[in-house]
Amino acid sequence: MSEAAQMTVSDEVAIQIENMNKWYGTFHVLRDIDLTVYRGERIVIAGPSGSGKSTLIRCINALEEHQKGKITVDGTVLSSDIKNIDKIRSEVGMCFQHFNLFPHLTILENCTLAPIWVRKTPKKEAEEIAMHFLEKVKIPDQANKYPGQLSGGQQQRVAIARSLCMRPRIMLFDEPTSALDPEMIKEVLDTMVELAEEGMTMLCVTHEMGFARQVANRVIFMDAGQIVEQNEPEEFFNNPQNERTKLFLSQILGH
Amino acid sequence: MSDKQQSVAFFRETMLPEQAPPATQRGIVKWLRENLFSGPINSIMTLIAIYFIYKIVSGAWPWFMNGVWTTSSLAECREVLQGSTGACFSVLTERWNQLLFGFKYPEDQYWRLLLAMVLLLVAVAPVLFAKVFPRKMLIFTGLYPFIAFWLIWGGTILTPIVALLGFVVGYLAFKKFEHQSFAMGMLAFVVGAAVTWIIGGYLTEAMSGFIALQEIPSRDLGGFVLNIILGTVCVSLSLPIGILLALGRQSSMPIIKWICVVFIEFIRGVPLITLLFVANVVLAYFLPPGTNFDLVLRVIIMITMFSSAYIAEVIRGGLAALPRGQYEAADSLGLDYAQATRLIIMPQALKISIPGIVNVAVGLFKDTTLVSVISMFDLVGMIRGPILASTEWNGVYWELWGFAVLLFFVVCYGISQYSQWLERQLATDHR
Repeated sequence: MSEAAQMTVSDEVAIQIENMNKWYGTFHVLRDIDLTVYRGERIVIAGPSGSGKSTLIRCINALEEHQKGKITVDGTVLSSDIKNIDKIRSEVGMCFQHFNLFPHLTILENCTLAPIWVRKTPKKEAEEIAMHFLEKVKIPDQANKYPGQLSGGQQQRVAIARSLCMRPRIMLFDEPTSALDPEMIKEVLDTMVELAEEGMTMLCVTHEMGFARQVANRVIFMDAGQIVEQNEPEEFFNNPQNERTKLFLSQILGH
Repeated sequence: MSDKQQSVAFFRETMLPEQAPPATQRGIVKWLRENLFSGPINSIMTLIAIYFIYKIVSGAWPWFMNGVWTTSSLAECREVLQGSTGACFSVLTERWNQLLFGFKYPEDQYWRLLLAMVLLLVAVAPVLFAKVFPRKMLIFTGLYPFIAFWLIWGGTILTPIVALLGFVVGYLAFKKFEHQSFAMGMLAFVVGAAVTWIIGGYLTEAMSGFIALQEIPSRDLGGFVLNIILGTVCVSLSLPIGILLALGRQSSMPIIKWICVVFIEFIRGVPLITLLFVANVVLAYFLPPGTNFDLVLRVIIMITMFSSAYIAEVIRGGLAALPRGQYEAADSLGLDYAQATRLIIMPQALKISIPGIVNVAVGLFKDTTLVSVISMFDLVGMIRGPILASTEWNGVYWELWGFAVLLFFVVCYGISQYSQWLERQLATDHR
């Protein structure tokens, strides 16, 4: 049994998605998604491009609007009420494929901005928190540089630190390593593994199957806007059931 | 030798020392060769250009050097020159005050305009050079419009104080009701400000002599000072209005969006000069009879509307250039719309838009000379009207227009240089 599976998962529900559907115009992107994420769970979502996996996790913090069904995050039902959405967003951290750091602010300012303005944390305290998390992702010495001066891997680690500064209870990762050079993928994955070991609830859209094996306690495979298969990583990789899953795994692991 | 050529393997035993490039490849010789004499055609063009520059300078030089600075009319000046080439700069010295302040502003009150202009520099400095000057100076920047109004137009000091008080009361009311909703806050602001202004209006009327400067009507303003007043006021008003219009055009609320679109498209589709004619003549028909709506104020409104439409489009370009990820990152951190716009979106969009905004600002400043067409006597109006029409100076063109060109060029070139410096200051992308 993998090391990850031994990490504790409580039976407290963190995210509950019930019968969720989403359309882009007439295009049916997400179909009847049902998913329950328990606190402390680490879920990897895989699937071919266009299968709706990014859209799924972007619905959780309302970057995308869903048209049907119910999403409950941390006991709060996601509605179109803007206060409701802002509350959920401040509890749910997110990392993007292209980092999306704010280029006009220093690394430290990137990290302190949301705590100061959303959480109303005093500036000095926010800076202490920021330095704590920058040390955690191992780049405290870059605090006064601008994002443009950092490598891709460093930028993504800053992005993780920036999310952590809001003390989120759930982290969403949207292909965090897809835009990185191969030698930088490891440093970002290491940070994510460390986060997982601390018991953070995580949903990761990624193609890093090694990462999935190491930390996930559930792998979800999506295709054509539906959840096609989900299982523990060992079973998922060694004994896939659905034909689409088998095909996908043979393509992604084959080379 | 042949041995070496066949072998692929190689290793270096001693590192090469650093050497200076050959003499022909450095310094001024290299620069001349590369830039002026890189080939026969280039060399010929260089020589032709040098010839033309020589002709222009040698023609203009005596004209400048023989310039007469002290006569009091063109005829006198021609007498002094006795047929030799020379400029009659004395028109500038003799009409100096008129060129700068117009011909109706009372001479013993010029100090007020000068003081207002000097204070303008003090007020603008902390905005333009935020890192050099202490932030506390911004308080003075906030007070400056009221001080400048009092200095330039005169009247009792109560007028600007009441105007300022209106804003303060409005702001306090806004703060008190803001927690209910933004709209309630704005309503409180309007009510608070209006009540203060109405009460204050009666008060100023009753005490019109309280610390009063001689009152000067807008018609009496003129000269380059008028250009500066119009330029400064209109630029500083049209920038915030332009930002609001640009944001409004992107709004998801259809009514706001369409109001902004219609305003921008309509204003951009009309020449400024027609708007000025509207301000001068037509607007009076729409106002209730007997109301005296100040001409300078009307012109300021028209020019501001005009340039804010352009600035809105420039800023919209900046907004469009921002990657979607910036909006998403701000959203995902839980920032609300106002915070995301103020802290993330606008700083970047404005930075991208600097060249465009400066373009509009420089254009606007030069367009202030158009007011001469509706018989206001700005610098151009002064030259065309009172000075060239006078018997003393009828026929002095080069010196006067050259002076006008110089003044505008200095200001506009200064703005341009400042904007380039600002862009370098704000560059954080390290490409």
